[in-house]
Amino acid sequence: MIAIIDYGVGNLFSLQSSFSMIGADAAVTGDPAVIRSADRIILPGVGAFEDAAKKLREAGLDQVVRQEAADGKYILGICLGMQLLFDESHEFGVHPGLGLIPGKVVDMGPVIGPGLKVPHIGWNALHLTKPDHPLWRYIRPEDCVYFVHSYYAAECDNAVLATAEYGASLTAAVGKDNVLGCQFHPEKSGPVGLNILRAFCEMR
Amino acid sequence: MITKRIIPCLDVKDGRVVKGVNFLGLADVSSPVKLAEYYSRCGADELVFYDITASAEGRTLFTDILREAASTIFIPLTVGGGINTVEDFDRVLKCGADKVSVNSGAIKDPQLIFDAAKRYGSQCVVLSVDAKRVDGHYRVFAKGGREDTGMDAIEWIKKGVDLGAGELVLNSIDTDGVKQGFDLEMLAAACDAVSIPVIASGGAGGIGDFVTLFKTLPKVDAGLAASIFHFGEVTIDDLKNTLSENDILVRR
Repeated sequence: MIAIIDYGVGNLFSLQSSFSMIGADAAVTGDPAVIRSADRIILPGVGAFEDAAKKLREAGLDQVVRQEAADGKYILGICLGMQLLFDESHEFGVHPGLGLIPGKVVDMGPVIGPGLKVPHIGWNALHLTKPDHPLWRYIRPEDCVYFVHSYYAAECDNAVLATAEYGASLTAAVGKDNVLGCQFHPEKSGPVGLNILRAFCEMR
Repeated sequence: MITKRIIPCLDVKDGRVVKGVNFLGLADVSSPVKLAEYYSRCGADELVFYDITASAEGRTLFTDILREAASTIFIPLTVGGGINTVEDFDRVLKCGADKVSVNSGAIKDPQLIFDAAKRYGSQCVVLSVDAKRVDGHYRVFAKGGREDTGMDAIEWIKKGVDLGAGELVLNSIDTDGVKQGFDLEMLAAACDAVSIPVIASGGAGGIGDFVTLFKTLPKVDAGLAASIFHFGEVTIDDLKNTLSENDILVRR
């Protein structure tokens, strides 16, 4: 069973539907016991970093995620959920994250240069920096996925699995052992996205 | 780099897809769920469901259809029509919508844009504007293009962005349904005024109109159309092939 963590941030309908589409058993839950009993964990998230980190902490789920990560369980953070995996975010002040992957989340504005709109919203190609990673088992290099974000993960070079070109090479996916994250929305990226979720479900 | 988006729009009334020509004379097209599946399979980059139902029963039917479509379609889905409160945002987001477009509801109460952007983030709030030339100015029309609000369209768009709108759909009433191409002049004025993604709507009659749109106005992010897709006059595949041949980046 896959636990999609519900901590009051964002809409989990599409994520749950995606897993149902690929024949995986997924439950939307905020119950630590259910999360601990799951085979895999999805950490979703939309909105502002500070608010999401606070909600996760107040529900006591930050400790649950850290413990499960330390025990080797596969975890996939999506969008803001990926950003939460890092040491800290600089979105409206500096806020601590889960510290599961070294790096920090910063505003893309200064690096993408003038003339490009923020947020980075739409379909963009994935440059696979680690093409042999199991997460990419069912996709091709340069397949497009759907992004919506204004901040991106920096100083995390060793963990980067894919980037997207948008005035700069923006971190599109990361992985450190059993902890993975994607900045894009696989649940909104058509067949390519479903294939990435399928590959995640098969990782071992 | 980011690709240009092709967005079919499904006007839904009483559970069926309809298409207005100059906002008048509705003709039944097909089942919204089937049509959404078809477009998703054919490479549409995003879908818009526009609820033009007035009755409460129709609204319930719409949310049922939305839920069914959202559980089978894994591309971004925007919902508009009858969005007057933050609770309306909540209602459609819970059924699987990713973005919500506001039009008349925001004209009545601009604070709606701010409140929704604060709660769900700007990326979730799409400002949809129906505009028409009146006395040499672009004027905002409300209620499906029937009511002249007297507001200047460019000023309203700027205000909407300041309040937190994350995307703009600009529909030209002057070119809508005429099938002679997008309203490039009106779109250029909007692109100059704001720095959020601009989605062109109204006037697409063929593949060439999309090529002209993206070639003439590189700042436009997406093209939206309904009837030319619904009636099979243009397939998404042919459209994307031609755009690609013209060096316009699209998702394949």
